Amino acid sequence: MSTALAQGRPWRRPPLIRNPWLRWALYLGALAYLVAALNSIDVNWERVSEGLAQGWHFAQGFFVPDFLTRSRDIWRGMAESLTMTVTSTVVGCLISIPIALGAARNIAPLPVYVVCRGIIAVSRAFQEIIIAILFVAMFGFGPFAGFLTLSFATIGFLAKLLAEDIEDINAVQAEAIRATGANWWQVINYGIQPQVMPRLVGLSLYRLDINFRESAVIGIVGAGGVGATLNTAMQRYDYSTAGAILIMIIVIVLVAEYASSHLRKWVQ
Amino acid sequence: MLRIDSLTKRYKTGDKALNGVSFDVPAGQVVGLIGPSGAGKSTLIRCINRLVEPNAGRVLLNDSDITRLGRHDLRRARRRMGMIFQEYALVERLSVMENVLSGRLGYVPFWRSFLRRFPQSDVDKAFTLLARVGLSDHADKRASALSGGQRQRVGIARALEQDPELLLVDEPTASLDPKTARQIMRLICEVCRERNLPAIISLHDVLLAKMFVDRIIGLRAGEIVFDGAPSKLDAATLTEIYGEEDWTQMHDEADETAAHAAKAHDLEPSREERMAGLA
Repeated sequence: MSTALAQGRPWRRPPLIRNPWLRWALYLGALAYLVAALNSIDVNWERVSEGLAQGWHFAQGFFVPDFLTRSRDIWRGMAESLTMTVTSTVVGCLISIPIALGAARNIAPLPVYVVCRGIIAVSRAFQEIIIAILFVAMFGFGPFAGFLTLSFATIGFLAKLLAEDIEDINAVQAEAIRATGANWWQVINYGIQPQVMPRLVGLSLYRLDINFRESAVIGIVGAGGVGATLNTAMQRYDYSTAGAILIMIIVIVLVAEYASSHLRKWVQ
Repeated sequence: MLRIDSLTKRYKTGDKALNGVSFDVPAGQVVGLIGPSGAGKSTLIRCINRLVEPNAGRVLLNDSDITRLGRHDLRRARRRMGMIFQEYALVERLSVMENVLSGRLGYVPFWRSFLRRFPQSDVDKAFTLLARVGLSDHADKRASALSGGQRQRVGIARALEQDPELLLVDEPTASLDPKTARQIMRLICEVCRERNLPAIISLHDVLLAKMFVDRIIGLRAGEIVFDGAPSKLDAATLTEIYGEEDWTQMHDEADETAAHAAKAHDLEPSREERMAGLA
């Protein structure tokens, strides 16, 4: 009986916004804004054609990279960048861990939580370039400013993601450790650390990768590393050297990417 | 040995989980705790070692009032109470041995546990316990590499590693197939008898409770509605605890559904298999 009654009854997935007026108004509004926004971008085609020629010149340099003429500058820049990357990642990670513990609501008391979340928010609020400009102004040109910048940026990144991972742990495992009479440090060491370790290692390796790329960028504002070399080469219109540096950055990022994905698999 | 005196727990949501529960457990007695979901079985067990803080009432373990202890003394009291959990609650990424040795955390200083340098007597005890639960060959495997029954054996070894004076056991068989469930229950009851260890075991499976425990306490809506020998538990009392149902048929059906569940569990595909063919 009931199956017969159900015959021919239509079904459609209910729309996200129930009210059809509101739904269409939102769709049309978004479309109109997009069109208006696109119209507001004015393109100077003359400048573009000029720039294309310059870009082509640059691309040519890129295809004929010159590793040799300025090889000493390039190697010095690379070594500086790698040093900055490794030291800032290690220091940043070491500082991030206690902050992450403090920023996880399930294990930290409220005042500690608020302070640690505040530190993370400040670190995340500013883009690396802005921090680099500040540190260059404070400590002068060179890799020390870059090291501080990257360490600071690492704290915001790693502490936030690690704290979120700590908040997502399987609480039962930690509860079982608590039930044995373990103290706070032992609960962290036995109940929580094993659960977040793969993520910590993965994030640190990922951050190493990011820090290397960032080290090339912040060099442009004077914080040392291969970015400074790249900047000099560009200012001299020495596109072959610039191309060589870019290729080396790409290769190192690729190698880091490949190595870190292998390491992560091995850790898990 | 253990005395629970008008224990009351009200959750922040306003639900009254326990309402003036009182009973005594003499040394060596294994008590089964039964009742429908939400009756307060888990809460009662967790109030005894204060993983959940009771609102009122007393818990006396050998005449010391657990509910009045400060943090430090509470940790000392907890190490005398071994706990076995539903779904094992092992630290999955630690080895079997580390899980068993974690039963000593209340006894050793942090640096020892951090460096995994436990006193030799603790290690000896852990090996003896692993042999007792039949897992001698698995000491250095990750807990996550074991089957359900094996994991719960590790859970038992961890609880016994504490040298407990009391075992608190929360649904030890909840995710095990019927045969393994019986083996685990038998093991728990055996070790209790060997050591004259009292235990409180919450169970959702009435038959299992009747088979193994010395005494059954029935909870409903946070109150004790039955307390007596398993043989006294008849259809009328089961109705009192769980509500109206044809209790005479329970026997075969329970086994059958459990067997089905167990079979399904064995055939569970791995994570790789679930996603195979997608990429």
